[in-house]
Amino acid sequence: MTPDFSRDHFELLGLAVRFAVDAARLERGYRDLQSQVHPDRFAAATEAERRVAMQWATRANEAYRTLRDPIERARYLLQLRGYDTEEESNTSMPADFLMQQMEWREAVDVARDAGDVSELERLRGDIRRSRDEMLVMLERALDADANFVAGCSLVRKLRFLEKLEAEIDSALELTEH
Amino acid sequence: MAYSEKVIDHYENPRNVGSFGKDDEGVATGMVGAPACGDVMKLQIKVNKDGIIEDAKFKTYGCGSAIASSSLVTEWVKGKTIDEAATIRNTQIAAELALPPVKIHCSILAEDAIKAAIADYRKKYGGGDIPAESKAAD
Repeated sequence: MTPDFSRDHFELLGLAVRFAVDAARLERGYRDLQSQVHPDRFAAATEAERRVAMQWATRANEAYRTLRDPIERARYLLQLRGYDTEEESNTSMPADFLMQQMEWREAVDVARDAGDVSELERLRGDIRRSRDEMLVMLERALDADANFVAGCSLVRKLRFLEKLEAEIDSALELTEH
Repeated sequence: MAYSEKVIDHYENPRNVGSFGKDDEGVATGMVGAPACGDVMKLQIKVNKDGIIEDAKFKTYGCGSAIASSSLVTEWVKGKTIDEAATIRNTQIAAELALPPVKIHCSILAEDAIKAAIADYRKKYGGGDIPAESKAAD
């Protein structure tokens, strides 16, 4: 096979460049690609061919890891469209969103200190629901409306929820021990 | 990574933690968040009739450096005019707290928070004390 590293992750795994991704097709695309470049197939190949196969395998892993995670997939898609999600630099989130984050953080702190497992689980449920709603909005923004500015804003918001959920998970681990 | 003594001091004894009533006279609020680390910062200023920031409060959910940066800013702005407070730069915060490069974004967040509070003040109370156009003669 001819190595063409300029192809994007979607193309590489045989997917349309869209946010909505069929999980089964993603898995299949990844497996197909992996099987083509598996080291066993190159046992008798030249050193150079083996090296190329290795590069492909790395490339396939990277594509798969990126597209499997919705936030990474959205960020990558936005990059392809020429948009920077500004997760490192943009601090001006809508006030009501930040207020909600503060309230959640406070509630998590209180529940963690009290060792209140059911409250932590309830909060995690709220946060997951909010995340799922945002993912629906993200799909609409990216695939239906081509509103990439809104897409960037949703990626930034989702990062807060991701962090919050991770904190609840570690609080739950602590209380369960 | 080791925190500097000043960061630890602010982290263990944060100055001015808390809130004013959102609608108290002369109170303005700045809220900002850093998506990359999930930190959320609320910084409030209370401005008196002479346009001086007489008190400041903060509430930050984040790492030690983010808490120290906002704690430091609340100390610095007290006694300053709105215009003076608006000149605070993240580089000064980072230098004072000896923040390592990976924590510079915490000082940026604190600068953005005070800027947001000042913007809120100006929106609520107009130009405040600033004779902004008086330097037009320069």
